[in-house]
Amino acid sequence: MWSTVSASPIIEVIHLSKNFGEFSAVNDISFSVPKGEIYAFLGPNGAGKSTTIKMLTTLLRPTKGGVRICDVDVLQHPSEARRLFSVMFQEPSLDDELTAYENLEFHGVLYGVPRALRHERIDELLEMVELADRRHHMVKGFSGGMKRRLEIARGLLHHPRILFLDEPTVGLDPQTRNHLWEYVHVLNKSESITVFFTTHYLDEVDQHAHLVSIIDHGVIIADGTVDSIKKETHTDTMESAYLSLTGKMIREEGGDNSNRSRIMRAFAK
Amino acid sequence: MFTQELNAVYILWLRQIKRYYRARSRVIGSFAQPLLFLFALGYGLGPVYAQAGKGNYIDFLVPGIISMSIIFSGMFSGLAVIWDRQFGFLRETLVAPVSRLSIMLGRTLGGATIAFGQGVFIFIVSLFIGFHVQNWILVIPAFIMMFLIAILFTALGTGMASRLEDIQGFQFIMNFLLMPLFFLSGALFPLTNIPTVLMYIVAFNPLSYGVDALRALLVGTTQFGIGMDFVVVTSVAIVFMVLGAYLFSTIEA
Repeated sequence: MWSTVSASPIIEVIHLSKNFGEFSAVNDISFSVPKGEIYAFLGPNGAGKSTTIKMLTTLLRPTKGGVRICDVDVLQHPSEARRLFSVMFQEPSLDDELTAYENLEFHGVLYGVPRALRHERIDELLEMVELADRRHHMVKGFSGGMKRRLEIARGLLHHPRILFLDEPTVGLDPQTRNHLWEYVHVLNKSESITVFFTTHYLDEVDQHAHLVSIIDHGVIIADGTVDSIKKETHTDTMESAYLSLTGKMIREEGGDNSNRSRIMRAFAK
Repeated sequence: MFTQELNAVYILWLRQIKRYYRARSRVIGSFAQPLLFLFALGYGLGPVYAQAGKGNYIDFLVPGIISMSIIFSGMFSGLAVIWDRQFGFLRETLVAPVSRLSIMLGRTLGGATIAFGQGVFIFIVSLFIGFHVQNWILVIPAFIMMFLIAILFTALGTGMASRLEDIQGFQFIMNFLLMPLFFLSGALFPLTNIPTVLMYIVAFNPLSYGVDALRALLVGTTQFGIGMDFVVVTSVAIVFMVLGAYLFSTIEA
């Protein structure tokens, strides 16, 4: 299922740390992602996944450490790094007062996708996420699942070297989930796009990922191939391997600001 | 590379225009305040002004009210940054591979275009209530000055909004800043024979030069001279734009 792996890392994370005041969200993590990989980045809520993705994608300055993407230092040359990846955030980031089509058009122009190619891909992607008949509808009328699908389409609009997907399949029905993963595999194979994703659906890791790292309390507690992690924990699914590594206690969302902005959104309504 | 930056500015501008056009109630609401000032002050203070031997108050007042509608609309368009932050859309622009200057430029031009349009609307309305344009050719440079004022204050509002996380904070600062800017700009009263201290404050306010330029071009009276007006407004606008671009480059989301 997974693609062939070449030796040179496309993402290098070097002793990366992020503190929010006293709270250490990410604490001295290091890992590297080989080119062409589909890489799963796992961890309980509040473990530091989103914070790490934000640092990898230039949205957050690390307290310590560094990130290199395709040998570009993300801290030194953020604009250069931004050309190399596409990111789908965990929280919605669409413009509600634009139509589905306009949201995609906006993204395509910002990322410099040439007009003809842009329109072709927008049509194709809207078809894929089954929003083609809603293309000229305002996003504010969309359901949560529809918005999610539109964000997926948007994240795939410009074909980057790396695709960051932060819990891409939350709230999707199995049909759309399968579509999404199929499309991700096509991009991974045909354009050799490296995929870096987080998820709480661990069967997705079994099915789609090859390499995994697991973060908890801001530290990497395991990394390696899916098979080696299962072997080490004497389990036969990623789900049981994950639970044996991270324990069965339910976590609260930590100092991350995602909760707060969710509450603010609720008030804004 | 350069065309991509230009396209980015264009699409950011277009988004702003579309959102404004679609929010009809906001369109109507944004005209209410300057029109109220125009009618209430114009007709209310007109006779007093004439008695003081200064002539037609409407002619004096209109450049001030045009400026007022532009700075209110321009500064408040900074709110869009805060909305975008709360609804998550800000991230979409922040991870885009375009320079922060282009992001600042696109946002500012969008807000400034809307503010300028409102200024033009007030100008047209004022013609119907007795405003006399001294020379119609000079309306063209007057419009250019209106656009410059719009850029200056939209850049200021947008730059400040990039530092703030909530709407209440922004509105609080706006009220503290907008009213003094407006009242201490010579928009409502002539600057001749005012106390020296007040004159210093007025001379420090970039809006004073905008109002003065509009008065010079539309009515034919000036305090600072039209050349000085253009130099001050243009340079302050550029400074705010660059400062805003810097602030955008440091946003964390």
